[in-house]
Formats: sequence, C-alpha cells, structure tokens
Amino acid sequence: MWKWLHPYAKAERAYQLCNTLLPYFVTVTAVCIAVGWIWGLAFAPADYQQKDSYRIIFIHVPSAILSMGAYSSMAIAAIVALVWQIRNAELAVIAIAPVGAAMTAIALITGAAWGKPMWGAWWVWDARLTSELILLFLYFGVLSLYHAFEDKKSGGRAACILAIVGVINLPIIHFSVEWWNTLHQGSTITKFDTSAIDPSMLWPLLINILGFAAFVGALSLVRLKNEILQVEKHRPWVRQLVSRG
Amino acid sequence: MNPRRKKRLFAVLAVIFGIGSAVGLTLYALQENINLFYTPSELIEGKGPDKELPYIGQKLRIGGMVVPGSVDREETSLDVTFKLIDTGPMVTIKYHGILPDLFREGQGIVAQGTLVEPNVIEAFEVLAKHDEEYMPAEIAEAVKGIKHEKPKYNLNSEN
Repeated sequence: MWKWLHPYAKAERAYQLCNTLLPYFVTVTAVCIAVGWIWGLAFAPADYQQKDSYRIIFIHVPSAILSMGAYSSMAIAAIVALVWQIRNAELAVIAIAPVGAAMTAIALITGAAWGKPMWGAWWVWDARLTSELILLFLYFGVLSLYHAFEDKKSGGRAACILAIVGVINLPIIHFSVEWWNTLHQGSTITKFDTSAIDPSMLWPLLINILGFAAFVGALSLVRLKNEILQVEKHRPWVRQLVSRG
Repeated sequence: MNPRRKKRLFAVLAVIFGIGSAVGLTLYALQENINLFYTPSELIEGKGPDKELPYIGQKLRIGGMVVPGSVDREETSLDVTFKLIDTGPMVTIKYHGILPDLFREGQGIVAQGTLVEPNVIEAFEVLAKHDEEYMPAEIAEAVKGIKHEKPKYNLNSEN
C-alpha cells in the first residue's frame, strides 16, 4: 500500500489524481442530485403529519450528514498532515474546510426554515442545534487559524491541530438526541431495525445523500487543485501546465 | 513506521484522548443541565439523583405528550389549557397565543414558561416536537390505525 500511496505525496501526482477523479464526482453529483431532488420534491408522497413541508428533508439531512462527513475527512487529512508531514494533506484540510462550513450553514439554515413552521421556532438552544452551530465555528476556526499566520507552515500545523481536536464534537452531534432531551427528533436513517421512514421517501433521500457527498468531493477536489497550484506556482511543472493551457 | 512519525502519531492520539476525556467528563458533569426540558414526572417527583424540585416562580421548559381530551380552549380568547404527561403524573399548562400547526392531542410538545403551582405552568411559548418517522398518510393509517387530520376546533359552534 505504501508503494501505491507514496507517489501522491508529490504535488504533481496529486494534481493529476484530482484531474482524473473530478469528472466522476461531477457526474455522480449531477445525476444523483437531479434524480434525488425531482423524485423527492415532486414524486415522493407527502408525510402523514407534516404534509409537504417535510420535503426540506431532502436538503437538510444530506447537508447535515455531509457537514459531519466533510469534517471527518478533514480531520483524517489533518492527522496525515501532522504525523507524516505531507504537504498535500495539509492543503486538503484547507480545501475541505470552506466546503464543510457551507454544508453546515445549509443544514442550519434549512433546519431553521423547517423548525419555524413545524416546531414553532426558528432556533432553540437544544443540544443538537447548539453542537451543530459549534461545528460551524470549528470550521471557521480552522480557516481563520490557517490564514492568521504569516508563515503558512505554522498556520497549517495550527489548523490541523484544531481540526483534530474538533473531532470530539462529531459524536456529540450524532448522539445529542439520544443523550439528552432535545426538541430535535431522533435519527431517522441510522435506525435500521425499524422502518422509521417509508421506503418511498428513503430512496430519494439516500440518492440525495450520495449526490451531496459527490458534490462535496467535487468542490474539495477543485479547491485542492487550486491550492496545489498556488503553493507550487514556481515549479517547472506548473509553468509547463500554464504555458500549455 | 519510523520513530519520529510514531512519536508524532502518539502525540496526536494522546491529544485526542486527553481532550476527549476532558469534554466527556464535562458533559457528564453537566448531564442534567444540557437537557432542554423537564419531563412531567421530573417536575412532580424531582430530577436527578437528589430529586431536586423546581421552585415556584422558576422559569423552565417542560416537554411531554398532550393528554388526549385535555385541550380546553376559551371560546372568546386565545387562552388554552391542556395537560402534559410522560409516564407518570400529569402537569397542566396554561397558554395564551397561537399554537403551532403540529399541535394536537397525543403530540409531543415543549412549553416554556413559569411554574405557578407545583403542577401548573403558565407558558409563554409552546413548541411542537415531531418524531423521526416519516410515512405517507395511507401507510400511517394502516400502521398506526389513526387518521391524521387537522383538528377542527369547535368551528361549528359559531355557525
């Protein structure tokens, strides 16, 4: 595995890998989100209690799951960056952070828009909502730490440490609805034993989650390519690339 | 793995473990305070290991199920009273205002207000809580045996 992974520590190879992967991610994004949204918003049946307003689930749940998914991938990249001192992994942390922050913001905003008509409040300081808000601040923290240092090396290290420390928040978000009394309802789709959601609604939801995952991946890849070029802009391979293009 | 990387890996793991246990212990200590609301039985019988009772005049939130048949609306004003229950005793809620759409008998709700008597709360906010189950109306009817319609509130009496 080392032999296979090691070449990607080099910026040029990583850049090429991004280029190879990007079309697949874009295709999956386009197909899944188109299918998932049309199916979910137009064809899935209305909920017995919430009628049509439950349909925001097809945006809220994927973005919330991906806000946590993006954070875990960012943290894994941060561990690789700190332990193996691989520059590309550090760039990946910075590439993922704003994408994850955007997902968290989408989850919070759609959640508020859903909460107002259903619960009767835009915002409640319950454990789930608060911990998700902290996740947003963690993303902001990672980004601003990176940019706060004149020296990108130490900035990167500080951002990586914060990213790793923030992982503690992920289980708290996930289990908040079980550990404490919250206004937010429990998890729907991780409850495999009982059918908490009807298959006619579950399928479009799963397709949307896959689409959002590919979307996060695609955006992160584009950003990673950019970061690599920024860092390597004086290297011959970048000059070659630019003069060719 | 070479020794330097190993050392860094251990350092990273130690940091995660250390902060993890610190946060874990903090949350454990705060356990009761992070709960958004009291349940009716906690309100009456006391909460936590010390069976601590809230005092009269305390502002608090209470969450429970609206007891079917307990909702009583004033004909001429927005005043409404209803009872909440979880597993034990019932608590009466008085509220003046518009209830959320999802409010109905048998529904879980969270009310915020002041404790005026040991088992009476004057609420200034009532929030509806819904569960994590989503299904089409026909299936809900088949599975749960209940027909979900928006409740009609004595509209006929005015005609």
